[in-house]
Amino acid sequence: MTLSVEEIFETASMTLYQNLDIRTTTLGINLKDCIHSDFTIFTDKVYRKIHDNAVNLIREARKLEQKYGIPIVNKRISITPVSIIMETHAEHGKFIEMAKTLDRAARDAGIDFIGGFGASVQKGMTKSDRVLVESLPDVFAETERVCSFLNVGTNVAGMNMDAVNLIGAMLKKTALKTRDAIGCAKFVVFVNAPEDNPFMAGAYHGVGEGDMSLNIGISGPGVVRSVVEQNRECDLTQLSEIIKRTVFKVTRSGELVGRELAKNLGVQFGIVDISLAPTTAMGDSVAGIIEAFGIESVGAHGSTLAVALLMDAVKKGGAMASGNVGGLSGTFIPVSEDTNMIEAVKRGSLSLDKLEALSSVCSVGLDMFAIPGDTPEETINAIIADELAIGIINNKTTAVRVIPVPGRKAGDSVDYGGLLGEAPIMEVNRFSSKSFLKRGGRLPAPITSMRN
Amino acid sequence: MEKELLFITVIGQDRKGIVAKISDYLYRNDINIEDISQKIMGTYFVMIMLVDMKESTREIDEVRGALEDIGRDLGMHIQIQHENIFKMMHRV
Repeated sequence: MTLSVEEIFETASMTLYQNLDIRTTTLGINLKDCIHSDFTIFTDKVYRKIHDNAVNLIREARKLEQKYGIPIVNKRISITPVSIIMETHAEHGKFIEMAKTLDRAARDAGIDFIGGFGASVQKGMTKSDRVLVESLPDVFAETERVCSFLNVGTNVAGMNMDAVNLIGAMLKKTALKTRDAIGCAKFVVFVNAPEDNPFMAGAYHGVGEGDMSLNIGISGPGVVRSVVEQNRECDLTQLSEIIKRTVFKVTRSGELVGRELAKNLGVQFGIVDISLAPTTAMGDSVAGIIEAFGIESVGAHGSTLAVALLMDAVKKGGAMASGNVGGLSGTFIPVSEDTNMIEAVKRGSLSLDKLEALSSVCSVGLDMFAIPGDTPEETINAIIADELAIGIINNKTTAVRVIPVPGRKAGDSVDYGGLLGEAPIMEVNRFSSKSFLKRGGRLPAPITSMRN
Repeated sequence: MEKELLFITVIGQDRKGIVAKISDYLYRNDINIEDISQKIMGTYFVMIMLVDMKESTREIDEVRGALEDIGRDLGMHIQIQHENIFKMMHRV
């Protein structure tokens, strides 16, 4: 045998006991070639292209699950931003019809989420972009699987505050139209959104992509936590080394599955997103890694340092393992999807302010957190703008996925079940920034963007 | 024809009949055992079998299901995985 028993045991243990999985395989599909002046022909072409490719994705992914004994948890589709393909059909009713077409194609193929019902509006909005944003509450109310994003800024364009100012009202409408505001969980607002991110709800197939590409999101918080727990006494340099080595191995499994799946589907292999993504499964928590470092409860002082150490080690291990690292490639710290994060909020160790601080050293930002339903829309916009400013100034992706839950107060909780988990309602600062926000306009691009 | 090599990993408490039960199933389905080794690792008994499935009469999902059934009978965890994943993870 060219491999040792120890090496084989380590890999088998990762899948048997430490929740190692491929978190998502997301097939990006270009829909620009479906555009047609006859809207019925247009939607038929969209349905066919998505449905047929999604069926292939699921079939081929299942074969690889069997071959490698690694679960591929999610098989998903991302598409060309819908506002682009709808430019000549920019009417409310047609956006709803397109969303229903996407929902039907996904459902019929057995796909749980389809991403890309969104727009990039960092410098301004077209008519299609505006109609899309206005249609979102109805889209979320009338579909199950359609996810949406809005990219409102980049570090070279600055941030479009007029677009940000539309979001609070849109989310509050969505909250009222969907059970426990669940529709809000399907919308992400970004700055510097990557065009090849495989993770929902913010996945889309960017205009710089080819006709189709396969992107992989690996995972493995459970695997990292396990090695951290086995090394309780080592110093931070050694801790970083241990995490790097582990993430290297996890990423290699993603690279293998991604390449083979793309080849079997006859599409281009896109990227491996090395983000650590938690689930509410026992032991599959990112906050649990932070706590295994020696932080009593995530949110305590020292947590930002811990996330910084983790994030840096993950990137170094992942970059060595794959030449195609892309997407978000950070550490996800969603509240509702991580058991230890939920507990930290409930016991009072993690506030919204600390969550914002943590996001400055990892990617993704404020994710899957619930706030009281009576939070003013301007305050929601200000929470979003604060988080996104961190991304603009620090030359990185940040995003917000916030759920204002009608009728709930800080300290209450909403249980969504499944992947979306349980969201404790977090306290929001009660002072107003309305007068500042209503100025609108555009946050200028930072000086660090002038590199030419 | 090139070999199709997979690793079977058996983890649990050592007991009689492990090799017999698994190798009987493999023999009946034309899966050749290329190598076997075993080791005590901490509290675990770990046995590894390298098998060649090129002439197998069963698909991988059927073999996986059958091995899981044997594992349940023996009170052990049994995993089967293509060798490529081990090579990718442990060899640069």
